[in-house]
Amino acid sequence: MQSFSETLRLTKIRLLQLHYEANCGHLGGNFSCIDVLMTLYHRVMRPEDRFVLSKGHSAGALYATLWSLGRISEVDLQTFTRDNSLLPGHPSGSGIPGLMFSTGSLGHGPSLAAGLALAARHKGLDHQVYCLCSDGEWQEGSCWEALNFAIHQRLENLVLIIDQNGLQGFGRTVDVISCDDLSPRIVAFGADVQKINGHDPDAITKAIASPANGAPRVLILDTVKGRGLHFEDQLKSHYLPLSEANYIAARSTFEQEGAR
Amino acid sequence: MRKAFANAVLAYCNHNDWFFLTGDLGFMALEEVQSEFGRRFINAGLAEQNMIGVAAGLARESLRVIVYSIAPFCYARPFEQIRNDLCLGNLPVCLVGNGGGYAYGHMGPTHHALEDCAAMNALGVRVLVPAFDDDLPALLAQIEGPTYLRLGYDVRPAGQNVPEYAPWREVMPGNFGAIAALGPIAGVAWQALVDLDIDSRPAVWAVCEFNDAEIPSRFLDQISGRSLYVLEEHVAQGGLGMSLALSLAARGLAAGCFFHRPALGYPTGRFGSQAFHRAQCGLDAPSIRAMVTG
Repeated sequence: MQSFSETLRLTKIRLLQLHYEANCGHLGGNFSCIDVLMTLYHRVMRPEDRFVLSKGHSAGALYATLWSLGRISEVDLQTFTRDNSLLPGHPSGSGIPGLMFSTGSLGHGPSLAAGLALAARHKGLDHQVYCLCSDGEWQEGSCWEALNFAIHQRLENLVLIIDQNGLQGFGRTVDVISCDDLSPRIVAFGADVQKINGHDPDAITKAIASPANGAPRVLILDTVKGRGLHFEDQLKSHYLPLSEANYIAARSTFEQEGAR
Repeated sequence: MRKAFANAVLAYCNHNDWFFLTGDLGFMALEEVQSEFGRRFINAGLAEQNMIGVAAGLARESLRVIVYSIAPFCYARPFEQIRNDLCLGNLPVCLVGNGGGYAYGHMGPTHHALEDCAAMNALGVRVLVPAFDDDLPALLAQIEGPTYLRLGYDVRPAGQNVPEYAPWREVMPGNFGAIAALGPIAGVAWQALVDLDIDSRPAVWAVCEFNDAEIPSRFLDQISGRSLYVLEEHVAQGGLGMSLALSLAARGLAAGCFFHRPALGYPTGRFGSQAFHRAQCGLDAPSIRAMVTG
């Protein structure tokens, strides 16, 4: 049986190929969250659990993760961002099992996830609801509305995960909104916050396994935008697709990791 | 209409698969709903974007949701959440906008809803504009996908009974053309013309839905070669008048004359009661009577 680390490595290669063949940008945000997505789907989530990709621009990483589980076919994956596809650049809420909402406009996911968590509690179901956000996304006031709501409603079956890679569309978050770490702000609202290495599957798994304490949990992931790519931690990783040379180089790096 | 709405909610929606969310509104109207719904009644606070997102999450899990606020806070503030979270998923959430048109009068323009039907129609939300208190039960019984329910005031003439709910209802017959009035304005027109002779007044139709297929053939016969008056406490853009003109054009029909009285916003830059604003737009009873008899 293939190890998780090997599956993760191969999925990163597939994600790389996916964006290269589609000539699609947003690689930075995809490679900052592929580790947590793979950890969630392969090691944490049960079939009944729910997931909301609030940072919809990381659709490629989610599609690649679902592909690694056999939930998206290779044929469908090859249609990514092409005509007549179920897999647009930001996810649609229909056509792919498990994708519940159309996301891509930032700041929607936490409220949607809070609604799912409330529904599970109302029905007496043991669902856990996971929602992955970006850090820049928390400049949207609606995220704080949702956090207030989830804390007040004591939605301890809700886990908000923030991919804190420190870069957004046109600058570093610290320069755009004077915030390089969301932790103290969220703690001040009354949520239980854990800050961990977002590229460490064991740390992610351990953090999620910690018991809830009557409130939603918030995981802040320290991540690197475009991790492993030539434009790692650079603004241009947010938008630019890969050139052939950069694709070959990055692919080679991931392939060599497997040879070690 | 708030009390009638609350009674209809209690009669038709108080089941375990229904939630009621309010944006911190409902004082002296929703207390019984709050009590009867229990944990399914949620005051989501002053956070309308979140309220719509939560409603979408609940509805995505096969629950039915009513979301209540003052009309503009219900449809305008969280517009993108309605578009993305409700409409793209075709979720059974009923947005209830209290105070359609100028109903919040003295509260000022931030509290008026003059373009709500157009905005919601543009998203494919089913728009329901009850004309009378009696309409609420029938409307709440038919919520399937994203719906916008615009509440106003029932102002039918004293002592009059209204016909059973239909998207188009002839509330008063007449042989002098026809009035198509959106929601409660039908009651105003009814008041304005009730004492005129049947041959010198138009029929008054209460129009509660923007559904082309529901336009009755009797109405079309009434306006053939005669006057059509469209009254609506809503801006012209995207309102009943435009919708009806398109419907008639698609049928190759035309009224003898077409008079349109929409909401005009704030033409004098001054503000007042709902009656004040209606009068400024020619939507009060004396103006309607003068329009017909003049």
